[in-house]
Parts: sequence; structure tokens; C-alpha cells
Amino acid sequence: MTTPLLEVDGPAAPPRDNGELVFAEPWESRAFGLAVTLHDAGSFTWDDFRDHLVARIAYWERSHPEGECYSYYRCWLQALESVVQERGLVADGEVTGRAGELAERPAGHDHEHDEGHGHGHGH
Amino acid sequence: MTINPDRLSPALRTEALEQILTERGLVDPAVMDKFISTYENDVGPLNGAKVVAKAWTDPEYRARLLAEGTSAIKELGFAGPQGEHIVVLENTPSLHHVVTCTLCSCYPWPVLGLPPGWYKDPAYRARIVREPRTVLAEMGLTLADDVEVKVWDSSSEVRYLVLPLRPAGTEDASEEELVGHVTRDMMVGVAR
Repeated sequence: MTTPLLEVDGPAAPPRDNGELVFAEPWESRAFGLAVTLHDAGSFTWDDFRDHLVARIAYWERSHPEGECYSYYRCWLQALESVVQERGLVADGEVTGRAGELAERPAGHDHEHDEGHGHGHGH
Repeated sequence: MTINPDRLSPALRTEALEQILTERGLVDPAVMDKFISTYENDVGPLNGAKVVAKAWTDPEYRARLLAEGTSAIKELGFAGPQGEHIVVLENTPSLHHVVTCTLCSCYPWPVLGLPPGWYKDPAYRARIVREPRTVLAEMGLTLADDVEVKVWDSSSEVRYLVLPLRPAGTEDASEEELVGHVTRDMMVGVAR
């Protein structure tokens, strides 16, 4: 394993259970993996990403809607989106546009193919 | 078409982001899968790794850890269920310790996180006692004939933590850097 990047204490520390990282839903581990992979490829520094993450968490704490539960990985994803946009890796509105296209897929879109037809997005 | 961004779940946004970055060659999904599994498997035992790194760099702490594991581990703030009585086993160049729990799957949670699947597997639990060298070799650790292997069976009273040998070439590494060299498998004794 390489030098650990993740904090153990403080707001930027990911949720853990008995020391293990906890991903409540599959997208959380994909969002996590994206950040780690991009950092490893030199797309941004970890300090830079962490600054975005800390800012997102602070923003949520200041201004979240009444009754909305805190989600660490929601903040993580927002931080990731803003850092890749800042670095010019994606254009403004591009992720929203693509996510909108994905939302238009018919229900069950990813279960229509035969077994073994890889989807590549970790469902 | 106007898209209402509120309709887009984080799962959709993550999928979209992964698609775009993959298309641009900025992310290789196979590399990403490997990172995810590494972190899921190896970041958990970070507490144990800190204990080991401290023992590698601080001889007095090492002595306390080997004499009274539980209280020395507690010094670093790690305590909790299944960590009440931890005995630390020191590997040497001629001695290798490996831990199992033949009756159930007792495991020192506060230092190693949750046990990996194979640790709970009845085949590992039974075979590591009977043929440790063979099982270790199957798991990727081939030990020289002159290295003695000792198998320790955890119980509800005692949990074991292996203190691995400090890797060669890390003489100049700081305690913080050394943490990155310690894996869960080393602390269970299926890696060296």
C-alpha cells in the first residue's frame, strides 16, 4: 500500500467502522476511487482536493436544508466535481448534461444484455 | 432539453463523471478498481500499522508492547470490543508467527478492523494449523526452511497481533512513512 492519504480524524476523514472504510452505496466507492485514481495520475494534489472537500463540508454545515441528513460522500463528490472543473478536465455543466442523458435511459437498461457483457460502471 | 439538476442523484453524477474521465483517458477503470479494493482492504488496519511503526522506531515502546500489548496499544488510543487482551508476537529472521482462530474467528478489531473473508473460512482455520507452510505458500508467502513457523490460536480471552520485521531499505523512513509499509496480512502473519 502506498502512503495513506486519508485522514483519520477531523472533518475530512472518511467514515469508518472498526477501522474499515464504509461505503453505504456503490457510487460512494466509485466516487472515492475516482479521486484516488486521478490524484495518483497527477491530475491534482491531495491537499488541493482536501481543501475542496473541507470547504464543501463546511458549506453543508452552514446551509443545508432542514432535515437533510449529512452525507460525507455527497460532499466528496461535490469536491471532486469542482476540482476537476477547476483543473479543466471537464467543462462547466458537462457532468450535469451527461448525468441527464443517463437518467433518460429506460428502466432496467443495465440488465437487458447477456451475462458477460461488461458495463464497466460497477453495478 | 432542460435538465433539472435536482433530479440527478449522486449515483448518476458519479457514473457520468466516470464515463467522461474514462473517455478522455484520464481514468482507467481497472486501475480504479484496484485502488478501491486496496483501500477497502488495507486502510482498515491503519491503527495496527501505527502501533507497528511506533514499535519499529521507538525501542522503549517496542519493549512495552511486547511485555503488555493491551496497555501499550491503549496508549495510542486504540481500545474497544475484542481488544481487551492483545498479545503481540515478534517476528525474527528465524521465527515467523501466524494467527488463526480455529473455533470461531476471534480477531483484534481495534487494531485490524474487520477480519477479511479468508480469515473466517473454515479451510484456512483448519489447514493453517496442520500445514502452515503449505497454506502460507498458497497465500503467496514462501518461507525458507530455516525459518520456524509458530501458529497461534486466538480465543475469546486472547487476541494476537504479529509485529513484523521492519522491511529492508526503510532505515531512513520516518515513523509516519513506515505506517504505509504495514499491511493487515503482515499483522496476521500471512505476509512477512
